[in-house]
Amino acid sequence: MEKRFVYADNAATTKISPAVKQAMIGALDLYGNPSSLYALGDQAKAAIEKAREQCAKAIGCAPAEVFFTSGGTEADNWAIKGAAARLRKKGKTHIISTAFEHHAVLHTLQALEKQGFSVTLLPVHENGIVRVEELKDAIRPETGLVSVMFANNEIGTIQPVAEIGAICRERGILFHVDAVQAIGSLPVDVQAQNIDLLSVSGHKIHAVKGIGFLYIRRGVAIDNLIDGGAQERGRRAGTENVPAIVGLGKAMELAATGIADRAEKIAALRDRLIAGALQIERSRLNGDAKNRLCGNANLCFEGIEGESLLLMLDMQGICASSGSACTSGSLDPSHVLLAIGLPHEIAHGSLRVTINEETTKEDIDYILEKLPPIVERLRSMSPLWERIKSEEK
Amino acid sequence: MMYTQQVMDHFTNPRNVGEIPDADGIGEVGNAKCGDIMKMYIKVDNDVITDVKFKTYGCGSAIATSSIATEMIKGHTIKEALELSNQAVVEALGGLPAHKIHCSVLAEQSIKAAISDYYQKNGIDPEPIVGKIPTCEDGHCH
Repeated sequence: MEKRFVYADNAATTKISPAVKQAMIGALDLYGNPSSLYALGDQAKAAIEKAREQCAKAIGCAPAEVFFTSGGTEADNWAIKGAAARLRKKGKTHIISTAFEHHAVLHTLQALEKQGFSVTLLPVHENGIVRVEELKDAIRPETGLVSVMFANNEIGTIQPVAEIGAICRERGILFHVDAVQAIGSLPVDVQAQNIDLLSVSGHKIHAVKGIGFLYIRRGVAIDNLIDGGAQERGRRAGTENVPAIVGLGKAMELAATGIADRAEKIAALRDRLIAGALQIERSRLNGDAKNRLCGNANLCFEGIEGESLLLMLDMQGICASSGSACTSGSLDPSHVLLAIGLPHEIAHGSLRVTINEETTKEDIDYILEKLPPIVERLRSMSPLWERIKSEEK
Repeated sequence: MMYTQQVMDHFTNPRNVGEIPDADGIGEVGNAKCGDIMKMYIKVDNDVITDVKFKTYGCGSAIATSSIATEMIKGHTIKEALELSNQAVVEALGGLPAHKIHCSVLAEQSIKAAISDYYQKNGIDPEPIVGKIPTCEDGHCH
């Protein structure tokens, strides 16, 4: 096949959609401060409120329950730290989460541990899915908060959010969900799923970077994270990023439309990719094969290292990512791959391909044409591969 | 791109990849757990390294540092090869990102390990000449 450009790293970030761009361009002229009382400010305010309605509709809540933030990380920090501050006063100092949350959640929990909270991180097992029974067993009288991601950002496995929500509601425990990766791929309904706090990021769903929101169920009291002016009804200070908010509103509207059809089409391509890649010897799929995001394929190829694989794919015009130590910027490979029980040496050879509605069958076939010779080439110069093969004999 | 042109050149077209079946010395450093292993093969004639080949499991800079290190010692005496420092490897590549410096250390060590093996095969205790080669377990890996 002729060389092409294939962007297959949509879990990292996405391209801005034309509709979002259009909406944002229109909003760039709304320069009035939304807090000002004259008409110029009102126009900006109205644009924000329209976006708030779009966001609310997309997750089944009231507009007054949506609070714009600088992104998913701030929403996670706010939800957990804000809830913890209130819970501490009631003696609820135990939090349950999972071993493979995003660092925005894990590092926030670590910060709370230093302040005296105790945290239980549930195992996620080989399939990358939390077990509801284990969650139930972890609940203590002082448990005040459960934080479980809707779907994992690296391996795409979908968590039993509705079941966990029902348990939390019954036991009077707050339930926070990081839904950054799920929006647009899975139906999110905070009422039906009994979610109290939900984090969303714009740039994962074709809006821009630096915008997101936190859904806070009416009646759920959490402390502020950012203090200052009275924006966001006094809950989140700072003059609003009007064009980004307008873009997020549009992106949420589009993300929540036609999910089932879109997911089905993407999943078919994903499965074609997985089946093709697994033809490579000593390869494996990470995380449950069925219960995963429609666009996520996470694979390991033994005997090679992920960063060199990415560099070679990049030379062929393919953008993907890896959970190897070299790409994680730390000594260890991805905590997600370790949490599903992969040994370090296998986790170093991981490849995450995340596709979306723009990915074509030709793109998948192009990846499947380029990938095997790259793996073979790296293996041919790998002493680890040499050892693996000699141990086979 | 965090890598220099030189790194990308050596990564894309690595020099001296492969094995020497009748090598006079073979050195292997790093381990799979850390994510990089370098294996160096040398042929020695009259104290001169006449041929060198490598195999590397690792990231782009691990492959590039091994490749350039082979070029820097091929045709040189053992004494010169032992003087090759990781800084010289980094400089020859036009620099490496800070968190990749350990790759150049591995390249230096893999050469020393191959020379040690050569001395051992010839009944010479390598330690007074080559020094001790740290292993990953000593915490020198990264």
